[in-house]
Amino acid sequence: MYARELFVEAASEAFERCPNLSPRRDIDGLFVGQMSESYEHQAHVAPMISDWVGLLPVPAYRTEAACASSGVAMRCAIYAIQSGMHDIVLVGGVEKMTNRRTATVTENLGMASDFPFEQWHGITFPGIFGMMATAHMAKYGTTEEQLAKVAVKNHENGMLNPKAHLQKKITVSDVLSSRPVASPLKLYDCSLISDGASCIVLTNPKLAKKFTDTPVHIVGSGQAQDTLGLFERDDITTMNVTKLAAKQAYEMAKTDAKHVDVAEVHDCFTIAEIMAYEALGLCKEGAGGKLIDDGITNLGGRIPVNTSGGLKAKGHPVGATGTAQACEVFLQLTGQAGGRQVKGAEMALTQNIGGSASTAVVQIYSRGD
Amino acid sequence: MAATPAPTIENFYKFCAEKRLMGVTCTGCKKVIVPPRSLCPQCGSSDMKWTQLPSKGKLVTYTVIHVSPAQFQELSPYAVGIVEFGKGVRLPGMIRNVKLENLKIGMELQTDFEVTIPTEWPRWPRYFFTQS
Repeated sequence: MYARELFVEAASEAFERCPNLSPRRDIDGLFVGQMSESYEHQAHVAPMISDWVGLLPVPAYRTEAACASSGVAMRCAIYAIQSGMHDIVLVGGVEKMTNRRTATVTENLGMASDFPFEQWHGITFPGIFGMMATAHMAKYGTTEEQLAKVAVKNHENGMLNPKAHLQKKITVSDVLSSRPVASPLKLYDCSLISDGASCIVLTNPKLAKKFTDTPVHIVGSGQAQDTLGLFERDDITTMNVTKLAAKQAYEMAKTDAKHVDVAEVHDCFTIAEIMAYEALGLCKEGAGGKLIDDGITNLGGRIPVNTSGGLKAKGHPVGATGTAQACEVFLQLTGQAGGRQVKGAEMALTQNIGGSASTAVVQIYSRGD
Repeated sequence: MAATPAPTIENFYKFCAEKRLMGVTCTGCKKVIVPPRSLCPQCGSSDMKWTQLPSKGKLVTYTVIHVSPAQFQELSPYAVGIVEFGKGVRLPGMIRNVKLENLKIGMELQTDFEVTIPTEWPRWPRYFFTQS
């Protein structure tokens, strides 16, 4: 299936879940995140997707922020609703990736790093995160086994998600013996090359009541930017951009990490999940490895992370990832997450990063009933 | 090269063709900036002077790349890293002629330059790092 077809599938499910909504009558805007035109040789996708989901001629926007493309689309949609210029919008993301060879996908994803100083010198995206992992391990003593445990956990969760790209249980030794990609990262430390789309219907709280008795509210939202190049940052063992976005989101929601019941974080590589724990305040700086060791983020732990399987097992169609995280926490907060349901979840968090964490979007959600 | 070439990426690589790794110093706040820019990210000044970076620096981090884009596949596996030439003055690049098992954070590396200039855009001669 191509991007437009994938998006129609996601939109159809969103509409089914909202039976009182008449999309053609009610939706007055579309925001779509997509990273790359390269896979399908197709630019100007907003009107195309609008047409295919039956929303012409309402304004349609495409946002690009690498792997945070639809996280940023959500932010734009929030502005649209909050400004009063739009009432009900469709927000989503899409990426079609599997039609290209791995070397081409590696090159396409690499475009989100600095061209003259990173790409030009053979630095790939796994390479960027490999460099972060090397530095994090040297500074904090984080181990390859701890990284592997992130993959094992997320694969286990993925087994409980019928929509996960990979339904496969793995062990720490499977991860450690998988082939090297960019040291210390191995194949099973890396997220998947996937096709996929995701979307949500966003409106204001007053209108939401017309459509459902159990809305999910976005109660906090934050976004921050950092340099494009990893080398231009003073400290590469922390994700400053996630800290800044989280601070905004926690303040807006008048809450903190202790009150989050379930989270979807951007595990494009296992090290990224460890660094997300630290930047979101789930643990102290440098203690991310211990958090996974202690099982705190497992299903059944104090704060389950990536119940969907994460980018690691659910898959990472990059443009779709931000809103896919929102979909997972929607299911969690409305008690529809099946075998991976976190009992009594009332507050959730998503963290979506773009590139080497040059963009971060953090959102906090609460159950609306 | 002209006496005062503009602080651009193009000119950074022209210096590389002369085997010189150059940044700029902001005359407003004295920050050394590499890659060169015309607007200081620290103080906003646009008065820049070219500055040669030290020939040696320290390895901040590294990775060995096994899965690479098509144009680098012949070199695979190869090492890349970030080298620091002074406080906050860092460049990433390929690390050559160092046994992969000998790579270590903090090791001293020195800059060298490729002799061949690529024939197609962007025709930038690559610098790289090697054991000093």
